[in-house]
Amino acid sequence: MYGKGILKGLSVTWKRFWDTYLDDISWWLRGKKRYYSEEGIKHRSSKNTRGIFTVQYPEEQLITPEEFRYVPFLVYDEKPDGGKEIRCTSCGICAKVCPPQCIWIVRTNNPQTGKPVPEPAEFYIDMDICMNCGFCAEYCPFDAIKMDHDFDIASYNRNVYNLEKLLKPASYYAQIRPQNYSREEEARKAKEAAKAAKAEAAAAPAN
Amino acid sequence: MMAEALQTQTVDLVARFPEKVAADSRPGYSGFIVKKENLVEVATALRDEFGYDLLSTVTGVDYIAENKMEVVYHAFRTTGGPGLVFKVQADRVDPIEIPSLVPVWTGAEFQEREIWDLFGIRFTNHPDLRRILMWEGFEGHPLRKDYKEAFFEEEAKPYKSRWPDGNHAYAETRNPFRDNLKFPANFDPESYTPEKEEDLYASLERVSKPLSEDDMKTDNIVVNMGPHHPSTHGVLRVAVSLNGETITGLKPVMGYLHRNHDKIGERNTFLQIIPYTDRLDYFNSMANNFGYVTTVEKLMKIPVAERAEYIRVIMAELTRIQNHLVFVGMLLNDLGTLYTPALYAFEERELILDIFEAVSGARMMCNYFRFGGVVRDIPDDVMQKIKDLVYDRLPAKTEEMERFLNENEVLVARLKGVHLLNAEEAVRLSVTGPCLRAAGVPYDIRRADPYSIYDRFDFDVAVRYNGDMYDNYLIRFDEIYQSLRILDQALRQIPQGPINSQKPQYQVRVPAGEAYGRIESPKGELGYYVVSNGKPNPYRYHVRAPSFINLTALETMCKGVKIADFVALLAMLDIVMGEVDR
Repeated sequence: MYGKGILKGLSVTWKRFWDTYLDDISWWLRGKKRYYSEEGIKHRSSKNTRGIFTVQYPEEQLITPEEFRYVPFLVYDEKPDGGKEIRCTSCGICAKVCPPQCIWIVRTNNPQTGKPVPEPAEFYIDMDICMNCGFCAEYCPFDAIKMDHDFDIASYNRNVYNLEKLLKPASYYAQIRPQNYSREEEARKAKEAAKAAKAEAAAAPAN
Repeated sequence: MMAEALQTQTVDLVARFPEKVAADSRPGYSGFIVKKENLVEVATALRDEFGYDLLSTVTGVDYIAENKMEVVYHAFRTTGGPGLVFKVQADRVDPIEIPSLVPVWTGAEFQEREIWDLFGIRFTNHPDLRRILMWEGFEGHPLRKDYKEAFFEEEAKPYKSRWPDGNHAYAETRNPFRDNLKFPANFDPESYTPEKEEDLYASLERVSKPLSEDDMKTDNIVVNMGPHHPSTHGVLRVAVSLNGETITGLKPVMGYLHRNHDKIGERNTFLQIIPYTDRLDYFNSMANNFGYVTTVEKLMKIPVAERAEYIRVIMAELTRIQNHLVFVGMLLNDLGTLYTPALYAFEERELILDIFEAVSGARMMCNYFRFGGVVRDIPDDVMQKIKDLVYDRLPAKTEEMERFLNENEVLVARLKGVHLLNAEEAVRLSVTGPCLRAAGVPYDIRRADPYSIYDRFDFDVAVRYNGDMYDNYLIRFDEIYQSLRILDQALRQIPQGPINSQKPQYQVRVPAGEAYGRIESPKGELGYYVVSNGKPNPYRYHVRAPSFINLTALETMCKGVKIADFVALLAMLDIVMGEVDR
């Protein structure tokens, strides 16, 4: 029959159309919120989703996975006295590995000896050039530079971030990437323990 | 039997052409160096006697220290097996002339134009030697080693100024906009009119012939489609000459998105290129990464971690599925079914991109592959998500898509019987990917010349024989089902273990030599030609972009069809301008 294919196709759209309402009703009957709730958004990006698929940005936002990366930031540890202990040692690996070369670092020198001090004097990232590849975070040996989750940074100006704007506390990092953070902390503790054990072992034969 | 014999037959060109051909004996290099005068003779013999019917890549290398220009050809057999490399050298003194191979392999047409454009090598006997990527009035040949681009800073990254002294500066303050371009002598931008445009129309005139002698003598009309036409899939411009409604001649004009990916690559270190490859075919960044790292691993001669091999295959097949779904959706868009099929396809794509995002950190610019493995393991919850999709959702949804569209009378009427290419034309024009297979040539690199671990999986090479648009459309569904088969096996077999065979390092050592690596990307043969001279940056880095080379066939495909079908025919090639223009 001519037109059978069209009718078959229309049955698909017809089903899809009603799926939204059926899904809405089933959620309503179960007393759950399909829209504007975390559960609803999760459902809409799972394999069971049917019917309407879209998310009402910005009122609703998709849940960002932990590994999501968008522009880097620098991590600092909070000292007990409220000061900032910047993890960065200005070794320059991130500036060297950066594909678009958007990281600019000024190393601090000790004014008396002239030798380099492991802390950056200036740290610029040109966010207009940054391509969010994540190499800086991947190859940083000190876990000092990490990729952020904050993606709505559009502005009318040039976005060159300086040290002040780049610094974010380790607690923020722990919040956006809990698994990575705990894994790194564990590795760091293990390393420190090994160091202490080594120091002890070195001290022991002296006695 | 015959095919097998052809596949395993080794070619000793030196014995066949003594004095005309020499083996390439530079360390790390392979293949043959053919004398310039005998190039056409040798190429014809390769095609007709030795069965190398598919000329895959033509590219140039500027060996400035040796004062040589080299053109590198990679030819393959559509029956499968490894390829054959042959090269031609010429002195680096303008005018550099090399005989064109378009009479032997028509597929060389655009690639030779590209080499003329970027290297300044003239191909004698080429039917239409014009610039292809740079604009018509451009001065210089950018891929030559002594050419410096606008905003040039240093020969190679990392640039010295970034560390330890900083001094942030915008590129345009150091190189003001008006000083960073080279112009021809006595060039006045105010009075410039693009007179070279005439060349395009003249070449269009040459290819446009009256349909037959009996036709009414009418004037041909030249219509420019694009670069801002919504169904040219980006900034592609096509100059079409029309006789009534029938296309009599056609010339694609491209380069509007050209950023000289090859030159950027040569400035970068080997590692830094990976995120740039994402931006070639931005629908399939996983496949682009795959091709590039396979090539560099070939050069470095390093193994790939077992688990990483499986992860790579999983990602490559997922990206193929989403690419073909989007292809179907966008094809229907081009045919006038605005957005319903496209958005149905985008739902599944979105779910696949969610997986990419959870694994690599970005939906489209994945930057996920590293030399020797991948960046990070697939977390357990994401693995479960992949399984849910592969076993549950994608087969059902692909079937739904087929039910939705395949028998639709309007669609069938538009697609069935509109001829794209026959097998012979497709091979001659270096067309690869689904378009070649829909023309009846079962040539899939995953089977013909297996890379990674594709030799371990049981799958069929999707092939259809009519070569019309309907077959080209249906073959994408066939390929989705085959990808699902591979995914099923990969998900069952994936072992535990490390995900990289190398220590993470930001500067890799790549021994001197050349390598050509290729994979079956969703759009065709994606190849990378990399030459290393032992330094941290590649000496030559070239991408064989399937979209670009498939476009060579556009003229053959469209001659004699109605202009209304042109948009659908173009959609069949599944081009992405990020890859065409590079």
